[in-house]
Amino acid sequence: MEKPVIIGVGMVPVGEHWRVSLRDMAVEALLNAMEDAGIDKVDSLYVGNMASGSFIEQENLGALIADWAGLGNIPAVKVEAACGSGGAAVQEGAKAVMSGLEDVVAVVGVEKMTDAWPSDATRYLAYAADAEWELFHGASFVALNALIMRLYMKTYGYTEEDLAHFAVNAHRNGAKNPYAMFKKEIKLETVLNSPYVADPIKLFDAAPMCDGAAAVIITSKEKAKELGVPKDRMVELAGFWRAIDTINLANREDFLTLKAARVAAEKAYKMAGVTAKDIDFFEVHDAFTVMAALSLEALGVAEKGKGAVLAKEGQIAIDGDYPIQTMGGLKARGHPVGATGVYQTVEAVLQLRGEAPEGIQVPDAEIGLTQNIGGTGSNITVNILRRV
Amino acid sequence: MGKPMQVARHWRHFREKYALIGGKCENGHVFFPKRPICPVCGSRNVEEYQFSGKGKVISWTIVRNPPSGFEYYRPYPLALVQLEEGPVVLAQLTDVEPDEIDFGMEVEMVTRKVREFDEDGIILYAYKFRPVLK
Repeated sequence: MEKPVIIGVGMVPVGEHWRVSLRDMAVEALLNAMEDAGIDKVDSLYVGNMASGSFIEQENLGALIADWAGLGNIPAVKVEAACGSGGAAVQEGAKAVMSGLEDVVAVVGVEKMTDAWPSDATRYLAYAADAEWELFHGASFVALNALIMRLYMKTYGYTEEDLAHFAVNAHRNGAKNPYAMFKKEIKLETVLNSPYVADPIKLFDAAPMCDGAAAVIITSKEKAKELGVPKDRMVELAGFWRAIDTINLANREDFLTLKAARVAAEKAYKMAGVTAKDIDFFEVHDAFTVMAALSLEALGVAEKGKGAVLAKEGQIAIDGDYPIQTMGGLKARGHPVGATGVYQTVEAVLQLRGEAPEGIQVPDAEIGLTQNIGGTGSNITVNILRRV
Repeated sequence: MGKPMQVARHWRHFREKYALIGGKCENGHVFFPKRPICPVCGSRNVEEYQFSGKGKVISWTIVRNPPSGFEYYRPYPLALVQLEEGPVVLAQLTDVEPDEIDFGMEVEMVTRKVREFDEDGIILYAYKFRPVLK
């Protein structure tokens, strides 16, 4: 089956955007992507979003955003897979193009988190867990990830410092990304001296609450040619898949294996005809430092239990063997939950076009991988992008 | 913004949350909570199963920035407890100091208050786990 291509990307800087609303951000990112693609209309819209109903009492985002972006009477729906919503929305857009039903599809990921009190926001994020058996007992999302981190450290003999290297790497790259929330390098001590949110997770092990929107335009190669898009502006979505695991962490067979990521990655590698060794950079879901380690293991980059070694030895830096979080990742760019997967996609496209900011461009990048996690690993998307 | 049927929502789970009753399939797999299809073998022949309430801590955390509704209790310990029958449950630990918690600590189920002071006025009770009394 013919693989779809991304021909336009757009985003707004991630941050605490008190002056703008969800619709403002989504429309801006969307119009930026359409302008980048050189088009003024699309056949349909897919919105990646996790919890707009809880955060701002607004559902029906398909109609809201398509209406305010002036897209006319097109099909438009919201795609929800918790923090993995953005990556999932990109896949739904790609499937629509591959089916032949829709020619040019827009995907926008958006989340407005800072209109809520922090404790309410903490509650809404926990809606991605099992409400009856996790949130009921007072489990925040950070707490569930903390249970995983403690077990990871105990099982493989790692310290908090070992995992802190992931945060340092993310900030080093984010400092050079004008769209990142935290454009500031940090030291290991910054992470280690930050307060516990849920032991052993400290403030600097975790991605921030924030607002943001990112968008991509997906079409077929044939249509892209017809639209006059030059070949070097096309990035192929070479392989993609997603899978679920138990929603309740306690029910998981192995707390230290992201099985959903493993399944999704195996299928995506096969579809793209590549292996982990062929990938030039990885945008993994480092909502918490331990998740970056587990992700590298699930994607086949590191052996089980060895993910943290790559960070310690510096192999995840831009000039390392396995660059990750090239534009700051969730930790430094920011993690507007339902938008994150689309930000990752935009960043991968910029890397593959050679348009990443100075200092964080991965030299001669041909193939990139994005991995977007919903829940505590319960709903995971893997996308592989390749230069055409 | 009250949700009038919250009472029914919690009442539906009394057997699990007050008595730690889970499920057992025809092939002998036990699990918690009970579900209509055995997560191990897929059998649809599932009966109720009473867990002993004894277990050990396999991981834990201290919740310092809780979700709304739990602010009053912070900080509180939350753990993954492996029951002696095998399945793992997530629950709060009680009657224990944070620095006393350790891997493998033997615990037993007790019924405790989980939450009150909510806008709907419901006081929620459920299982928590405390160190085994010697």
